[in-house]
Amino acid sequence: MTTRRNVFYWVVLLAVFLICGCATTQERLLDSDTSQVQLRSIQTRAFDTTDREKTLRTVMATLQDLGFVIDQADATLGTVTATKLNRYALRVTVSIRPRGETQTLVRVNCQYEDKPVTDPVPYQRFFTSLEKGMFLAAQQVD
Amino acid sequence: MLKKTITVLLLIALAGCQPAIPPEALELSPQTLEMRQMQTRYFDTKDEAMVLSASAALLQDMGFNIDESETKLGYILGTKDRDATDAGQIVGAVLVAALTGTVMPVDKSQKRRACIVTHPYGEQKDKIAVRVTFQRIVWNTQNQVSTKECLAQPEIYQEFFSKLSKSLFLEAQNI
Repeated sequence: MTTRRNVFYWVVLLAVFLICGCATTQERLLDSDTSQVQLRSIQTRAFDTTDREKTLRTVMATLQDLGFVIDQADATLGTVTATKLNRYALRVTVSIRPRGETQTLVRVNCQYEDKPVTDPVPYQRFFTSLEKGMFLAAQQVD
Repeated sequence: MLKKTITVLLLIALAGCQPAIPPEALELSPQTLEMRQMQTRYFDTKDEAMVLSASAALLQDMGFNIDESETKLGYILGTKDRDATDAGQIVGAVLVAALTGTVMPVDKSQKRRACIVTHPYGEQKDKIAVRVTFQRIVWNTQNQVSTKECLAQPEIYQEFFSKLSKSLFLEAQNI
């Protein structure tokens, strides 16, 4: 009897947990469930170059290598947005900005189907691919 | 029994809430080089703007509308919407409907996207590389996306580049 009741509580608890986990509220717009600082550190790397155009062109070439179609590119703003369709839809935006006198920051954010990607591993893989095109090491930014 | 329920609930939670991004999605694969070769051609010119302009004209020849472009980065995106009705699929759907009474959705419309990126190539930067990639999105009669894919048939790319050579010639002749 007690075990049965125990298990019943577990199921209820799990159901509540599921509802909490899945159906977050209007806050979805702001995706405020992840720490801003943490997210930036996952999504950003620094490269030892100041050549904006070359960086953007390499980003585009890398995205094409990864099977993306470029949706939008802006040299002045320094952004590239691209979509990969391979039974799933993966959308990424890459933005670049100068860091100090010698470096460029590259930031990428991904959206897989209708979810933001917060797992660091896909980002690491992207930067590993980008390093090969840049012939430069991607440096972690604190 | 209840253990099973919990397991099933957990599985639903995992499946429903966390659609995991495939690990290879952002990784260069052994096929990358092959795809790049299939999708790229090099032209003996230094005039990137001319190649871009010829590419835009070619997209128009092929019925695409230009959605986006950035000349500074050598980039053009064209799309076209077309009918996707497939006779075989309709026959299948009619047969299924006749046998089971259920209506199967069939493909209705499709969007094709062509993305062209150019860049100066070679040690002297005396060549222009042109890379094109195609995608296709298909919607069915229930307005759901039934197919989303990158087109990888070599024939498509061969034909595209033979047309591009012609377009470059026409561009040079101002036709």
